[in-house]
Amino acid sequence: MEPSRSHDVIVIGGGHAGTEAAAAAARCGAATLLVTHRRATIGAMSCNPAIGGLGKGHLVREIDALDGLMARAIDRSGIQFRVLNASKGPAVRGPRAQADRTLYARAIRDLLEEQEGLGIVEGEAADIVLDSEGRIVGVALADGRRLAARAVVITTGTFLRGMVHVGEEHWPAGRIGDAAAVALAATLERHRFAMGRLKTGTPPRLDGRTIDTAACEVQPGDDAPEPFSWLSGPVTVPQVPCHVTATCRATHDIIRANLHRSPIHSGGIDGIGPRYCPSLEDKVVRFADRAGHRIFLEPEGLDTATVYPNGISTSLPRDVQDAFVATIPGLARARIERHGYAIEYDFVDPRELAHSLETRRIPGLFLAGQINGTTGYEEAAGQGLVAGINAARLAGGEEPFVVDRADAYLGVMIDDLVTRGTREPYRMFTSRAEYRLLLRADNADLRLTEKGRGAGCVTGPRWRSFCRRRREVETAMARARELRVTPDTARAAGFDVNRDGRRRDLFELSATADASPVRLAGLWPEIASWPAHALLQVAIAGRYAGYLGRMEADIAAFRRDEGLSLPSGLDYGRIGGLSSELRERMAAARPATLGQAARLPGVTPAALQALLAHVRRRAA
Amino acid sequence: MLWLPSPATFTGEDTAEFHVHGGRAVVRAVLDALASMSGLRAAEPGEFTRRAVLNGRMDLLAAEAVADLVAADTSRQRDQALNQLQGGLSALYDGWRDRLVASLARLEAVIDFPDEDVPAEVSAGLAPALAALEREMREHLGDPRGERLREGLSAVILGAPNVGKSSLLNALAGTDAAIVSEEAGTTRDTVEVAMDIAGFAVTVVDTAGLRETGNGVEGEGIRRARARAAAADLKLLVADASRWAETVAAVAALQGEDAVLVAGKADLARPPAGAEAIALSPATGEGISDLLAAMAQRFADAWENAGLSPSRGRHRSGLLQAADALRRCRGQLHGDVTLAAEDLRLAATALGRLTGRVDVEDLLDVIFREFCIGK
Repeated sequence: MEPSRSHDVIVIGGGHAGTEAAAAAARCGAATLLVTHRRATIGAMSCNPAIGGLGKGHLVREIDALDGLMARAIDRSGIQFRVLNASKGPAVRGPRAQADRTLYARAIRDLLEEQEGLGIVEGEAADIVLDSEGRIVGVALADGRRLAARAVVITTGTFLRGMVHVGEEHWPAGRIGDAAAVALAATLERHRFAMGRLKTGTPPRLDGRTIDTAACEVQPGDDAPEPFSWLSGPVTVPQVPCHVTATCRATHDIIRANLHRSPIHSGGIDGIGPRYCPSLEDKVVRFADRAGHRIFLEPEGLDTATVYPNGISTSLPRDVQDAFVATIPGLARARIERHGYAIEYDFVDPRELAHSLETRRIPGLFLAGQINGTTGYEEAAGQGLVAGINAARLAGGEEPFVVDRADAYLGVMIDDLVTRGTREPYRMFTSRAEYRLLLRADNADLRLTEKGRGAGCVTGPRWRSFCRRRREVETAMARARELRVTPDTARAAGFDVNRDGRRRDLFELSATADASPVRLAGLWPEIASWPAHALLQVAIAGRYAGYLGRMEADIAAFRRDEGLSLPSGLDYGRIGGLSSELRERMAAARPATLGQAARLPGVTPAALQALLAHVRRRAA
Repeated sequence: MLWLPSPATFTGEDTAEFHVHGGRAVVRAVLDALASMSGLRAAEPGEFTRRAVLNGRMDLLAAEAVADLVAADTSRQRDQALNQLQGGLSALYDGWRDRLVASLARLEAVIDFPDEDVPAEVSAGLAPALAALEREMREHLGDPRGERLREGLSAVILGAPNVGKSSLLNALAGTDAAIVSEEAGTTRDTVEVAMDIAGFAVTVVDTAGLRETGNGVEGEGIRRARARAAAADLKLLVADASRWAETVAAVAALQGEDAVLVAGKADLARPPAGAEAIALSPATGEGISDLLAAMAQRFADAWENAGLSPSRGRHRSGLLQAADALRRCRGQLHGDVTLAAEDLRLAATALGRLTGRVDVEDLLDVIFREFCIGK
């Protein structure tokens, strides 16, 4: 690779956002360069060794639907697969897997190496280079090299002025063992990006050989591991169980006695942490009446003894961590390999971004991942994917690729970020999606792959596999309407339906409690030859029938409002009928459509009308 | 039915207008029938105006003028509107909405954090809480007073033929309380007068005389009179002071708390001592002010707290949607919890449309406040 050559797209950062961004840009045909501090840390999981979960598993399936890396990488490295909520209905089933860290990073590196048009270079990006009109034209490295590009994606995670805290000690770092990116933070500040400060924490890492698993509850994976990607074959990595234990009163007593030594509670940290991932000291303070908090002992890999005790992230001093860990059942003799720490870092207010993840201030500059105030590998990867696609499209002179709230969790996440911003590290939940019954992990490809093909990020093998799958689903759905039986016939086949004389079709019967592929094939033998994935789509359509219809009407209304675009230079101060608070909020958010304006906090229907009337009058 | 093709309509879209006969019951029945058809729903607040604005048929100033037209007729209606504006109903609906959001947060916690420390009893407590909420909503829905107050009350004049009913109506129409309508042709098969009685908007209606008869036309009139009597908020029962015993018998069965007994033709004869009737002599004006006072008293007694019942069809339909969604949710609690959550969300949205928006952040706040979430 020749660093002096000009590229279409440069991606800064080799984490989950950066690798997806680089791969996506290259898939779209852009000559792409990935700049990372150290080649060896590409694809590193710096927090817990797991991919997926509720909302997050949905994101991974969507990334896969757009031909991204994450799903294939976890399928090659997962050591325990579980579908969460398997009993709670198809819309909220969340695939999740424990990863072997080493295998995961290797899988990502392999996938990047296979990608044509993608180069990787080691170095610290110190600054971005702009032309006289303020457009981005490249990146300056700390060692003096200059790299030219039409578009740049920054994915520096928690490295922007990162500060690690353990008890009373603190030092600047991007993550334990890696330098922080200070120069880049100064650059963003110089360009007057609105910034904020967040914090997150990690638990101490334990030596698994010193854990008494007999004192813990065993949590096995699913009997048949379900891969994340449509392109993966069956999972071949050996599978291992996890263990569960819990804190006890003695643990809490030690923490309470040492709260004054916690940087969070003694005022050493001002960054805002997530409500849903509190440190153990936060849990003990806020839920003082709880006798214990669960801890998931997650193995970090097949060839390592390191265990990640999920649930006790902490920044208490080392001696306190040693003391409280020893009170936990199963961990009495556990050796701490590396103590837990909290990290504070700068993030850019994501309201600085358009839905393409391009910054409004600097054309050609894109931001993705934790730098935008999110948390989680999946959230980062999803943004990276969208930013990479859009960087490539910008370099090629094409329109932005945008998915909306009715398309995907990706759309929900990006819309939440760029219209509402965030005050805590943003994590995906299924409850954030208003069209949850439609945005399922099982249909991510049906929702997105064709759109991705249009955007240029879906390559041949994926497209052919998808077309076959879609044809099978469409055939089954069309046939399901034609297959109808009388109540007596259904009853004879083992379906407990009323004898009301009403003929029922396959949609309806497959949604009943008695439905199974075998029983349905008893009524209609042809079903035996249908692929399971197609029959699943029929059963879900039957189960959610009334709800999906209503949701589609809601989506039509939503898209109508989204279709009403607002002029970019609107002077909100001149709109009558708006409170000054709303004027300020709208001026800061600069919503692109009426729908986006509607989702800003505190915006009422009356305010929307005032806004709309003003725009109409202006246009007249 | 009138079909008005776009674009020369109020909203600028294709419009169908239903012109129906009769009173509230007919209108209600038509609205109910329309609401039960799939693809049809009641317009959102201001939606017609909003669409008119969206389609460029009207600017904001005109839209405001439309709102001004929807003005109160009487002081009670104005008070009701003010009470609503100042949050009487909002407090009630917001309270319900908060309870819905709290329940929804519990369900969402169970869904979004399956591995975590959400106690098992969280969803167990939901069924009784939601049943109680639905019961309260349905009781509230069963109270028609707010809507009646806003739309106006009715008083019906009932009595045997030729006891002075028409004179009574004319006497009422001659008082300051009568609202003179510019609009012609608003009365059809009954004679009526719109009045402002102590701030209540009241339509007083004269009816055919009550008497047993074989005559077809008159029989129909009597049947209608009885129907009006049943639907009326107040009955003005008239007997002839000069033929007291026989004419009071014709209305005896209608006596009750929602009735006022009037002795007509009191200038010809006095009602017998002990008859609790207001003696009315239209010729001299005797008794009119007593009658107005008695009517005002009855209305005031019966409509004491009318502010806290739904005051318009939109509330009723939003509440009904919420209550129906709650019923579906309760049926799903032990089945597909996602659908239960979806129905709770629909219920909260339906209530939210009455008072304001439901924000997902409200929900997350409750989840994180109540449960220790987070590995």
